[in-house]
Amino acid sequence: MFESIDLSLVNWSRAQFALTAMYHWLFVPLTLGTTFIIAFMETIYVKTGNPEWKKMTKFWMTLFGINFAIGVATGLILEFEFGTNWSNYSWFVGDIFGAPLAIEGIMAFFMESTFIAVMFFGWNKVSPKFHLWSTWLVAIGSNLSALWILVANGWMQFPTGTHFNPDTARNEMTSFWEVLFSPVAMNKFLHTITSGFVLSSIFVIGVSAWFLLRKRETLLAKKSILVAAIFGIVSSVALMLTGDGSAKQVAKAQPMKLAAMEGLNHGKEGTGLILWGFLSSDKVDPDNEKLREFSMKIEVPKVLSFMAFSDWNAFVPGINDLLSGNKERGILSAQEKIDRGKIAIEKLTAYKEAKKAGNDSLTAELKDVLTRTDFQEQYFKYLGYGHIKDSNFLIPNVAVTFYSFHLMVMLGFLFMLIFILALWWVLKGSLEKQKWFLWVSLLTIPLAYLATELGWMVAEFGRQPWVIQDLMPTTTAVSKISTSSVQVTFCLFAVIFTTLLIAEVGIMVKQIKIGPKE
Amino acid sequence: MIAAITYPFLQEYWWLIISLLGALLVFLMFVQGGQSLIYTIGKTETERTMLVNTLGRKWEFTFTTLVTFGGAFFASFPLFYATSFGGAYWVWIAILFSFILQAVSYEYRTKPANLLGSKTYEIFLIINGLMGTILIGTAVGTFFNGAQFSLNEYNQVTWQTSWRGLEAVLNLHNVALGLSVFFLARVLALLYFLNSIDDEAIVARSKKQIWYNALPFLVFFLYFIGRLLTMKGYSYNPDSMVVSVEKFKYFHNLIEMPAVLVLFLAGVVLVLWGICSDLFRKAGRGIWFSGLGTVMAVFSLFLLAGYNNTCYYPSAFEMQSSLNIRNSSSSEFTLRVMSYVSLLIPFVVAYIWYAWKSINNKKIDQSEMENESHTY
Repeated sequence: MFESIDLSLVNWSRAQFALTAMYHWLFVPLTLGTTFIIAFMETIYVKTGNPEWKKMTKFWMTLFGINFAIGVATGLILEFEFGTNWSNYSWFVGDIFGAPLAIEGIMAFFMESTFIAVMFFGWNKVSPKFHLWSTWLVAIGSNLSALWILVANGWMQFPTGTHFNPDTARNEMTSFWEVLFSPVAMNKFLHTITSGFVLSSIFVIGVSAWFLLRKRETLLAKKSILVAAIFGIVSSVALMLTGDGSAKQVAKAQPMKLAAMEGLNHGKEGTGLILWGFLSSDKVDPDNEKLREFSMKIEVPKVLSFMAFSDWNAFVPGINDLLSGNKERGILSAQEKIDRGKIAIEKLTAYKEAKKAGNDSLTAELKDVLTRTDFQEQYFKYLGYGHIKDSNFLIPNVAVTFYSFHLMVMLGFLFMLIFILALWWVLKGSLEKQKWFLWVSLLTIPLAYLATELGWMVAEFGRQPWVIQDLMPTTTAVSKISTSSVQVTFCLFAVIFTTLLIAEVGIMVKQIKIGPKE
Repeated sequence: MIAAITYPFLQEYWWLIISLLGALLVFLMFVQGGQSLIYTIGKTETERTMLVNTLGRKWEFTFTTLVTFGGAFFASFPLFYATSFGGAYWVWIAILFSFILQAVSYEYRTKPANLLGSKTYEIFLIINGLMGTILIGTAVGTFFNGAQFSLNEYNQVTWQTSWRGLEAVLNLHNVALGLSVFFLARVLALLYFLNSIDDEAIVARSKKQIWYNALPFLVFFLYFIGRLLTMKGYSYNPDSMVVSVEKFKYFHNLIEMPAVLVLFLAGVVLVLWGICSDLFRKAGRGIWFSGLGTVMAVFSLFLLAGYNNTCYYPSAFEMQSSLNIRNSSSSEFTLRVMSYVSLLIPFVVAYIWYAWKSINNKKIDQSEMENESHTY
């Protein structure tokens, strides 16, 4: 069906998309969270009329504006790269994926771009209430835009509400609500935006800590820390709850990803959760030489079983179970799935040939087979496996997924601790005295960016080799262009994004040093 | 109501929305046109700052319309998205590249420690002004002149030249449309300056520049239209879906769709009326006439490309691979769902209009640049 293309083209296309996505995600989380922090501050200003809150609002707004522009630029590239670099994918899922993207444009982007102009330039042109509304609408608009793109991403991780149409050779939507309210999509959306809120809170606390260390703008800094710490605590709780929800969804929809996140080679009942561990460089798994064992690990018994299935003794499948199959647990082997996928492809190819040859009776017969529910459930469900030549290709990069996941979780707890301590000391009125804490807060800013990037690495490395879980591997999704073209554009984007990032950081640091204007 | 609508109607409805978004995008590219005029109109730093701030308060509308145009095309006609973007790789990458430069330039231009210096960001704006308009116009030209691609039975594209879309610039008709869009964007920008800036020197230079840009616009536009109405096009049989060549296809389309003909003629007249209005009458209101005229004329050109059984993306390599609104659209279910969402569009237009009016209620002048807390 789909021609598997040169791996170097696939890898460069993946690298280009990853580059764009990771740069994009350097800027978006701050946008998602600071808009709300700014909206809270402006609300207090409008309620109290205290000019200090207006000064604060305008200061954070300036930093928001610098960050926003480059997020918009990288976002545009991401949208069009679906077409330029993943054209087979674009057709195969355009019927589902395109709709959230279009709705994002109509509902969210216009709201954001319209009211952002009022937010920046409307202070002396519109009433304070209209200005406040505009600020809130920017916050809502930017988070709404995240909803739609994450619904699309959630569908890729857990395809639902669709069926395959053999005539058009693509997936077509059958239930918009199933796509929108897919539990994977909802958890992904809430987990992602709350991670943005946490990052923004860390950013505001870190920058404010710098002011306190410099003994400048102390009132602004303390009030900003108060708002950010409360927002950060609430967001962290939501982040943890949605993280737990995500783990449960991954266990059901992407068991290979969960196994990679935990470095779990062999499944068992009552599986423990690894708090931290090191994968050995030489100890290989006796059943699969591609897998490595741990040289050291700290494990809490049974917790993974509970987190994944709400049952302390539940069986969590390991990578080997998912490759070799486990009849007792009802897990099909990778080879069985590959065989079923091949049958699905053969039937589809036969259907296309019969149609081309004008053999109406065979066409009708094959169409009947292809659209039957049992065939869809038993064979079409594994369509993507038909392109897999070696079952080990189904194993994601375990080291990257494992370390990214564990580091992200540890950092999440560190951020929570910072929010609690910041709130405690700011309420006690002794925050300025905690010099060490102010330094830690400042130095935590890059860690917040690291954590949020790691989150995406878990999500995207962990789902390889799939661009759409079980249906389409990355090797068949890519546009048929020359590898050298993608190499050139990769370098172009790398240079321009890096230059603009350096510029952005320089401008941001300078604006912070200048401080708020009266 | 939407539940009772047929699939063919939904396909036509979504082509209408795409056409409207495309038309609005061309109008809003006055921002790009203005960017290409920063040094022509702005002779001092203050004047350039006034120009950049006038355009900077609107750049996000153009950007958002471009994003929505892309998203709506992906959603409603995904086969075009997959074919054109995956095939004409270099053209689209060049367009995107210029828009990255634009997005940061307004915000970074006057900020201290901006790494590249304010001149560089102004040059970025000029690059976007040139490339964004000419290349988008040229790419839209392929809606009439076609491209070198073929599709297999799984609707996967194979591009037949190694130029990956850049070959479009070798077609004079495509380039004429690109240059028409470029000069039209500059004319609209000049009319917008006259509408929004209170500065004698800028007003005088803008009026003079209208002549220099309106004339080449007319030359390229008339060539484009003349050639369009006399060229062959691809039409398809709606029952068999077989594509065939039809002489004077677009001329026939115009005659067979009188409403589109009226829309097109009224649009052209309004564009010219707006220009003349600012040149010979009181300056300032021309942008509204020319802007509306642009939307109407471009809207009608998109309708000419896609309606009346016309292939809107002809394949110059393999005629039967050509795309039309029937063979490239999303499923009936998806189009129906999105049609419900499209009911929000009037509401979106209303709040954009309200916000635009609120920000533009006073012309930009030098004192505002000195007193405004947030300037570009």
